[in-house]
Amino acid sequence: MPERRRFLLSMVRGIGAATVGGLAWTGLLDGTKASATILRPPGAVPEQEFLAQCTKCGLCVEACPYKALQLAVPGDERPLGTPYFRMRETPCRMCRDIPCTVSCPTGALAPSLVSDRDEQGRTRLNINLTKIGLAVIDRETCIAYWGIQCDACYRSCPVIDKAITVEYTKNERTGRHAMLAPVVHSGHCTGCGICEHVCVTKKASVFVLPRALVMGESSDRYVRGWDSTDEERMQDLPDETKTVTPRSEKSPLDYLNKGDL
Amino acid sequence: MPALQEYKYLALRRVSQLSIMLLFVAGNLLGWSVLRGNLSTSKVLGVVTLADPYAVLQVLASRHLVAGEALAGSLIILLFFGLIAGRSFCSWVCPVNMVTDLAAWLRKRSGLDASGNPPVIGRNTRYWVIVASLAVSAATGIAAFEWISPISMLHRGIIFGMGMGWAVVLALFLFDLIIQKEGFCGHLCPLGGFYSLVTRFSLLRVRHSKEKCTLCMRCVNVCPERQVLPMVGRTSSAVTSGECTNCGRCIEVCGEDAMKFGMRI
Repeated sequence: MPERRRFLLSMVRGIGAATVGGLAWTGLLDGTKASATILRPPGAVPEQEFLAQCTKCGLCVEACPYKALQLAVPGDERPLGTPYFRMRETPCRMCRDIPCTVSCPTGALAPSLVSDRDEQGRTRLNINLTKIGLAVIDRETCIAYWGIQCDACYRSCPVIDKAITVEYTKNERTGRHAMLAPVVHSGHCTGCGICEHVCVTKKASVFVLPRALVMGESSDRYVRGWDSTDEERMQDLPDETKTVTPRSEKSPLDYLNKGDL
Repeated sequence: MPALQEYKYLALRRVSQLSIMLLFVAGNLLGWSVLRGNLSTSKVLGVVTLADPYAVLQVLASRHLVAGEALAGSLIILLFFGLIAGRSFCSWVCPVNMVTDLAAWLRKRSGLDASGNPPVIGRNTRYWVIVASLAVSAATGIAAFEWISPISMLHRGIIFGMGMGWAVVLALFLFDLIIQKEGFCGHLCPLGGFYSLVTRFSLLRVRHSKEKCTLCMRCVNVCPERQVLPMVGRTSSAVTSGECTNCGRCIEVCGEDAMKFGMRI
C-alpha cells in the first residue's frame, strides 16, 4: 500500500474513532450537566456559565471558615467536582468579606455580583446581595402554620424582619389563639440556608432551592396600579404589541365559530 | 550501593509527587498556605495562581472567558514545562503516575507482559482524544475532559474526599494491568498528549552517548515511552520527542553512564 494511502486511511480511522467517542462523550456530559437543585457559593455566575468556568480547584471550599462548602464527589449525584452547599447540615454564615467569592481565580464566582457602592461611591462587597437560592416554606408541615408557636427560622434569619417576617392571624380553628406564620420575601432572602439548618421539623419545612427553579416571572405589561413606581418597567417596551400563538393565527371570529377550542 | 542507585530518580519522583499532594492536603485540612486548591488550579503561598493550561484551553474552546488570574496561571505552567522542564508533569507531579507505575510493575512481575497481549489502542490515540475533547467542549459548552478526567478525580479525591471516585481509579489501574500496557499515561491521556505537544522544544532533555553504550537495552526496556529512544546505540544525541516524561528511569538503570540529563543543545 502506498505511504500516502496508508496515512490517509489512518487519518480517516482516527477521525472516525474521535467522532464516535465524541458523540458518546457529548451524550454523557448532557446528563452530567443536569443539576436543577444545586446551591452554588455566593457570587456564582448563572449555572450554565458556572459549569463552564469552574475548574473545580476547591479554593472556595478551602476559603470558607465554616467548612460549609464541599466539592461534589462521584456518588453525590451532582456535577462532579463543583462546589455546593448542603444547607441542612452547614449553611452559609454570610461572611462580610465573602472569602469564597474573592478566592475564585477563574471568574466562576464573580465579586461584582455581590458588590455595590458605599456612601462615597466606592465599590464594596455586600453579602446581602447574594442570591444563593430562595427559602421556600412547606405550609403543610410547618408547625407554625398548624398554630403551634415556633419562630426558629424567623429568629435565626440573618436578614430578620426583611427576608422572613411573621404574619399574625386569628386561629379560626380554636377561635381564641393567634397564628404566627413565617413568610419569606424574595427581595431580601439571600438563600443562606440558616432557616433550613435550624428548622425543628423532622425534615426541614423551610428549605433553600435555586431561584430559577422556584420563581416565576410576571409579564412586563401587568402593572401594579397601586405602586406608582411600577409603571417605570414599561418605559423601554415598544408601543405596539402582538402576541402570536397557534390560536392567534386565525381571526377570533374564525376560531370561535369553528368550535374546536 | 549500586542497587539503590538504580532507583535514585524514582525515589525523587515519589518524594516530589507525594509532597505536592501532601502540601495540598495540608492546605485544605490545616490551612497551610504553601499550596492550596488542586492540580487544576492552585494558589502558591497565597500569592501566585497556577492553572492547568489544557483545562483552560477547554474552557476557551467551550466559548467562555477565563478570568485573567487563571489565564496568567496557565501561562506560567505552559512556559515552565514548554520551555524548560519538558513533559515532567506526568512523572514528577501527577499522582496517576503512581497508580499506572504500580500496574506496570505488577504486569512485569506477574508475567502478564510476557504473555504478550496485543495492543488495543495506538499511542497516537491521545492526540485524537485531545481533538475530541475540544470538539465536545465546543458542542456542549463545558470543558469536556475536566468532567470525566480520572486525573482530577484522583487528585481532587486525595485533597477533598474521594466518594465513589475510587472505582474510576481502580478501573484505570485494571485497564493498565490487564488490557493495555502503559495504557492510560502512554496511550489515552489527553493531558499527557497535550504536554507532549507543547514540550517539543523544551530545554531539559535526556542525552545519550553512543560511545559508552554497550547495547544492553535496559534503558529501552524500562522506558514507558520507548519510541522516544530510537538513538540508543546509533547516535550520540538528545531525546527530541515531547512524549519523553523526563522520568529518568533510563538514566538510573544504565550501568555505563550512557544516559544523563542535559540540555537540548
